[in-house]
Amino acid sequence: MTFEKFIFYVLAAVLIISATMVITRKNPVHAALSLILAFVASSGIWLLAEAEFLAIVLVLVYVGAVMVLFLFVLMMLDIDVATLRAGFIKMLPLGILMAIAMAAELILVVGPENFGLDKFAAPARHAADYSNTEELGGVLYTVYMYPFEIAAVILLVAIIAAIGLTMRRRPDSKYLDPANQVVVKRKDRVRMVSMDAEKG
Amino acid sequence: MQFDSNQLIPVLPEIYILSLACLVLVIDLFIKQENRIVTYGITQIGLLLAVAITVAVGQPQTQIIFDGSYIRDPMSDVLKVGIFVVSFLAFLYAKDYLRDRDLFKGEFYTLGLFAVLGMIIMVSANSFLTIYLGLELLALSMYALVAFNRDSQDGAEAAMKYFVLGALASGILLYGISMVYGMTGTIRFDELGGAIQKVGLDNVVLVFGLVFIVIGLSFKLGAVPFHMWVPDVYHGAPTAVTLFLGSAPKIAAFALAMRMLVDGMEPLVGQGGWQGWQGMLIVLAVLSMAIGNLIAIAQTNIKRMLAYSTISHVGFILLGILAGTKEGYTAAMFYTLVYALMSAGGFGIVIALSRRGFEAENLDDYKGLNQRNPWFAGMMLLLMFSMAGVPPTVGFFAKLFVLDAVVSVDLTWVALVGVFFSIIGAFYYIRIIKLMYFDKPSDESPLSMGVDTQVVLSLNGLSMLYLGLFPAGLLSICHTAIGG
Repeated sequence: MTFEKFIFYVLAAVLIISATMVITRKNPVHAALSLILAFVASSGIWLLAEAEFLAIVLVLVYVGAVMVLFLFVLMMLDIDVATLRAGFIKMLPLGILMAIAMAAELILVVGPENFGLDKFAAPARHAADYSNTEELGGVLYTVYMYPFEIAAVILLVAIIAAIGLTMRRRPDSKYLDPANQVVVKRKDRVRMVSMDAEKG
Repeated sequence: MQFDSNQLIPVLPEIYILSLACLVLVIDLFIKQENRIVTYGITQIGLLLAVAITVAVGQPQTQIIFDGSYIRDPMSDVLKVGIFVVSFLAFLYAKDYLRDRDLFKGEFYTLGLFAVLGMIIMVSANSFLTIYLGLELLALSMYALVAFNRDSQDGAEAAMKYFVLGALASGILLYGISMVYGMTGTIRFDELGGAIQKVGLDNVVLVFGLVFIVIGLSFKLGAVPFHMWVPDVYHGAPTAVTLFLGSAPKIAAFALAMRMLVDGMEPLVGQGGWQGWQGMLIVLAVLSMAIGNLIAIAQTNIKRMLAYSTISHVGFILLGILAGTKEGYTAAMFYTLVYALMSAGGFGIVIALSRRGFEAENLDDYKGLNQRNPWFAGMMLLLMFSMAGVPPTVGFFAKLFVLDAVVSVDLTWVALVGVFFSIIGAFYYIRIIKLMYFDKPSDESPLSMGVDTQVVLSLNGLSMLYLGLFPAGLLSICHTAIGG
C-alpha cells in the first residue's frame, strides 16, 4: 500500500465515522461539530484528487462561514431533542430497510464493475505548476457563463425571499436614526427659558 | 472563442425578464403602499412586452448558444409565450385577493417574476446544469411565495413541507444526473443521445440514473406516488399563490420532462418494454389518474379537490409523453397549455368568490352560484366541463389527442385506464355544476370583482369553448413547435 492510499483510507474512515456521528449524536452542537470534521476530511480527499481549489473553498466557505453560522443558530435556539426523536423507534425498521436497499443498489451500481480502472483509466498527474484555480476560472466565465449567471440570480432570490419572509416593521420599536442624530441642532435639544430672578 | 453580441439575441426574453424583475424590485422600494398598483402595472405591461419580444426573436430554426447551455427552438418559443400569458392571468386574478388581505406587496411580483424567469430558463435549457438551476430558481421563489402570508399557520406549514420535499426531490434528481454524467461524460442534451448509444442502452448505471431522474421529475410534476405535497401546498398557500403555482409551472414541468427525457435521453425510451422511461411513465400515469381522480371525490375543500385534479391531469400529460412519438409530444403539449389555462380560470373563480375575511374554499360555498351571478356560474360551468373533458369544450379534445397518440403506439390498455378514470373524475367536476345550478345559495351576497378581472375571467372561460370549437389553431402551433 502506498502512502497516498494509506492517507486516503484514513481520511475515508474519518469521514464515514464523523458522518455517522452527525446523525447519531443526541446533542445538536456535537452533530454540527462532527459535520465540520466530515467537511475537513472530505476536503483532504479532494486534495488527494488534485482538486486543491475546491478543497480550500470547502474549508473556507463551509467550515469557516456556514458551519460557524450554523453553530451560532444551534446555540441560540433551544432545540427540544426529545420531540425531534419521538417516533424514532417506530420509524427505525422502515428506515433501516430503506437504507439497506439504497446501500445495496449503490454498491451494485457504483462499484468496480461499472467504474473500475479498466473502464475509466486513471487521469494523468499534472505538473507541480498546474493551477486548477486558473482552469476553473477559465471555464466558469466562458463555457459556463450562462449557468453561472443563473446561480447569481438564485442568490438574489434567496436574499429577497429571506428579507421578504422575515423582516417586519414594528411601529412600536424604538430605534435610532443616525442621520437625524447627526443633523441635530442645539435648539432641538436645549430650550432657553428666560426667568425673572427671584426676589428675596 | 470570440464574443459575438448576436449570440445574445435568442436569449433576449431571459435577459429582459431578469431586468424587469430587478426594475420592479428597485422601483417598488420607492413606492408608497397606496400606489402599489404601479408595481402591479409595470409587471403586467412587462409580461405583455415579453410576449412580443419572444415572438420577435422566434424563428423556425433551432439555435444552441452559450456552449450548449441554452437552446432556442419553436417549442421553447411557444411554451414561453404560454408561461407569460398564464402568469399574466394569474397576477391579474390575484390582485384583488391580495389587496383585500393586506398582502398587496412588491415582493409578490418580484418573486413572481423570478419564478417566471426560472420557468423560461427551464424551457430553454439544453444541459442538465441549466435545467437544474432553472428548476431551483423557480422552486426557491415558490417556497417563499407559499409562505407569503406570514401570519398564516397553514401557509408556513405548507411552505415547510414543500421546501423539505422539494429539496429531497432536487437531491434525487441531481443524484440521477450525476450517474448519467458519470457514464456518458456529457450534460448537454444534444450530445447525450449519441453518448448513450455509445455506452449501450442496457447499461445498468444509465438505467439507475434514469430511475432517479424520473423520480425527481415526478416529484416536481406531482405524479403519484410522489404527490403527497401537492394537496397540502395547494391548500395551505394563499389562493392567489395556489393559482400561480397550479398554472404556469405546469408548462415548465412539461418542458422539464421533454428536455430531459425526450431531447436528452430519447434512446432510453424502452419502447414496448419496462426497462426504459416509457414503462416508468406508464406506472406513474396510471397511478396518478387512479389516485388523483378517486381521492378528489372525497374532498370537501375545493382547493384540495383541484389539487387532486391536478394530479390526475399530470397523469394525462405523462400519457402523451410516454407514447414516445411526435404525435404524443404534440398532444401532451396541447394538454399542458390547455390545462394551464383551465387551472388559471378555475382558481380565478375561487378567488372571485372569496372576499375580505371569507375564503370560498368549501364546496358548499358554490351552492346556488347561478342565482347569485349567472354569467360567472356559466364560466365555471365551462371550466369544469373542460376539466372533466366534456365536448364541445377544449378539455375533451386535449384528452382525445392524448388517447389517440397512446392508442397508435399499441398501448390500448393504458388508454382504456385513462378513459375509465376520467369518467370517474367527471363526477366531482359535475358535482360542482350541480351545486351551482340546482342547490339553494347559502350566501346571498353578490360577487365583488373589478372590471378587469370580470373581462379577463370571461375571456378565460370562453376560451375553453372557443378552443374546443376550433382546436386546429392551437394544435397546429403545437405540431410545428414539436417539429412533427
